[in-house]
Amino acid sequence: MTTTTPYRSETRLARDGFAQLLRAEWTKFRTVRGWVIGMVVAALVTVLVGILGPVGSSFSCSGPNGQSCGSHTPPLGPDGEAVTDSLFLVHQPLAGDGSITVRVTSLTGRYLDAPGAPAGRGLQPWSKAGIMFKESTTRGSAYAAVMVTGANGVRMQHNYTGDTAGLPGEVSSTTPRWLRLTRSGDTITGYESADGTKWSVVGTVNLAGLPSTVEAGLFAASPGYTVTTESFGSASGSGGDTLATALFDHADLQGTKPRGTWTGDDIGGQGGGNSPVTGFQQSGDSFTVSGTGDIAPVVASRGSLSKTIENGLVGAFAGLIAIIVVATTFLTSEYRRGLIRTTLAASPRRGRVLAAKAVVIGSAAFVTGLVTAAIAVPIVEKLERDKGLYVFPVSAMTELRVVAGTGALLAVAAILALAVGTVLRRSAGAATVVIVAIVLPYVFAVASVLPSGASQWLLRLTPAAGFAILQSMPEYPQVAAAYTPADGYFPLGPWGGFAVLCGYAALALVLATFVLRRRDV
Amino acid sequence: MRPWWTSTAEALHVEWTKLRTTTGTIWLLFAVVALTVALSAASAAAVTCAGPGCDRDPAKVSLAGITVGQAAVAMLAVLAVSGEYSTGMIRVTFAAMPRRTTVLAAKAAVVSGLVLVAGTVAVLASVLAGLLILPGNGFTAENGYEALSLADGPVLRAAAGSVLYLVLIGLLSLGVAAVVRDAAAAIGIVLGLLYLFPIVASVVSDPEWYRRFQQIGPMSAGLAVQATVNLGSQPLDPWEGLGILAIWAAGALLAGGALLRLRDA
Repeated sequence: MTTTTPYRSETRLARDGFAQLLRAEWTKFRTVRGWVIGMVVAALVTVLVGILGPVGSSFSCSGPNGQSCGSHTPPLGPDGEAVTDSLFLVHQPLAGDGSITVRVTSLTGRYLDAPGAPAGRGLQPWSKAGIMFKESTTRGSAYAAVMVTGANGVRMQHNYTGDTAGLPGEVSSTTPRWLRLTRSGDTITGYESADGTKWSVVGTVNLAGLPSTVEAGLFAASPGYTVTTESFGSASGSGGDTLATALFDHADLQGTKPRGTWTGDDIGGQGGGNSPVTGFQQSGDSFTVSGTGDIAPVVASRGSLSKTIENGLVGAFAGLIAIIVVATTFLTSEYRRGLIRTTLAASPRRGRVLAAKAVVIGSAAFVTGLVTAAIAVPIVEKLERDKGLYVFPVSAMTELRVVAGTGALLAVAAILALAVGTVLRRSAGAATVVIVAIVLPYVFAVASVLPSGASQWLLRLTPAAGFAILQSMPEYPQVAAAYTPADGYFPLGPWGGFAVLCGYAALALVLATFVLRRRDV
Repeated sequence: MRPWWTSTAEALHVEWTKLRTTTGTIWLLFAVVALTVALSAASAAAVTCAGPGCDRDPAKVSLAGITVGQAAVAMLAVLAVSGEYSTGMIRVTFAAMPRRTTVLAAKAAVVSGLVLVAGTVAVLASVLAGLLILPGNGFTAENGYEALSLADGPVLRAAAGSVLYLVLIGLLSLGVAAVVRDAAAAIGIVLGLLYLFPIVASVVSDPEWYRRFQQIGPMSAGLAVQATVNLGSQPLDPWEGLGILAIWAAGALLAGGALLRLRDA
């Protein structure tokens, strides 16, 4: 009896590690001319559409009083963001540490320039009056303030973006509010009280680099109102100024007072220094202060002369369409040509094939998006500045997030398209589904085809939420504004929106792996 | 020599048979109707009119679904051409019928016929949805809105124009597909063309440029046919807008036809 050894091939197994798979897929990608052209088209179209924006925009600087364009430029706050700093401030210098206390018994408002103004008393939810320590009367200087507001109770705010809530409720003669600010070095503490005896802390802020002498005083401000009329396909806003008037008494400034007398200043005066409506009256320790404007960060709005940096990336949706087409055909063309059989015979672990494809197409899309954004954002910014438009300054981190986010948006969308292509195996169907799911809701929202409520829901639920990663301006609860997608604000915020897109991509990838494993080739 | 109409009739018959027996066709036609009606109804439910002078166009609101339905129309038309290229069927087609422009014309006729039917169903159902939903959202007589009625001239024009709009989108897609041949690329180009102009129009602040972009974009111009109120403030006269889209479609078909003749299959 002879024992037979089973036949073993002498040929060594080919290396089938993930690196080899990646190399194979990368070779496929770079050698198909149409795919490389698709990536170039994506970049070109994005940049060109971005450039069309400033090229097709114009405005004239001949204001009613021959104002120069420079006056449209908002001041910058201590943290470098664009701010509104318009208020009526009754102030005097305070050297070193000290405190200011006051009682507010009334806050009322009215609409200015009456024709076209809505009916009602004109007090805005964020009309505000209170006490503040301010670095100087220069617009954009550092400050800390504690105040009563039209509909948001007592607040402590500082340096335009900081906002802490205190006692709720409206102020009136029967429910007055006592406010106090104390300075100890760079630390400023805000207090509130309903009766002037029991005090509680609203907040404590640290204003680093505050000069030893600050302006301490009482202020009033009232943001303008806007009425947005939405019609199908367009939206238009009208608005105007409002005036807030506050009654203060028991005003008491403790500390070293180099001057000792109160003066009033219409800071950032929209009505000019001698406006008939803003101003103050003093009688002993009682003051009546009327002011207009707001002390808050500037928020972006469509059609304004101020542009956000992501304005240069408005063409990203067109680039996205090209990327989606490339990514779907990256797999479906293998089915069409039968190459998929060779691919899966050479590498039977199908999940890894899909992973390699996702890595290759994702990386290619990421690099395309990154390079595109790095070119488009500065070019469009420069064109906008040359046209006399104002571009909101943002931090380097935000700019980096927007530029890298463009790459990430294209990459995740490409992976989603690849996965949908794997499931459907037909390029036309897959491309249509992904384009309609990602691009259409965005088009609806940004071109304001739908009412803003409907488009906000679309940008929460559909993969189009991912466009939020391009949003450079944060929403501020203490600034009343429309915050619609057309203004540049997404309902879920940059990371939340991007997470929705990633969720869709992950889901599609899991489904694609499952069907690729289960199905015959 | 056979008369030309025989070969044309044959070409029509052939294309009809091909399109009829492709599994995707019936589903795509169903998708045209379902997507259009679903979005139209959703739009009618989402839009409310708070009082007199709310400046909304009930015809536009209840026909908003066209903007999604057109994607399915584009896919149907693209597949009628690109489907043959992807399977190699196109070589058989051209061997049997060497007059390539006749083939394209037959495809255009058959696709138009199918879209016409599906589009009519979709538009009628959308108008019906608008008729049922809109009065509950403040589109009432006291706010200055009459109930939607196809007997009303502008509404009839909006409805019929929407059907024609879908047909023209189909023809535009057919032409683009004949130019680029690849299905996904054709879909990308068609949807890109449709969506590009509204977005660009929304970022330019110069009103003259805004008008111009609204006037030349195939989607924004073509949908001008849906306007029934404030006709004076529209960038385009309704039929003029549809004419612009027709020029786009004709241009795409001409380019496609010329390339079919010039290129190898």
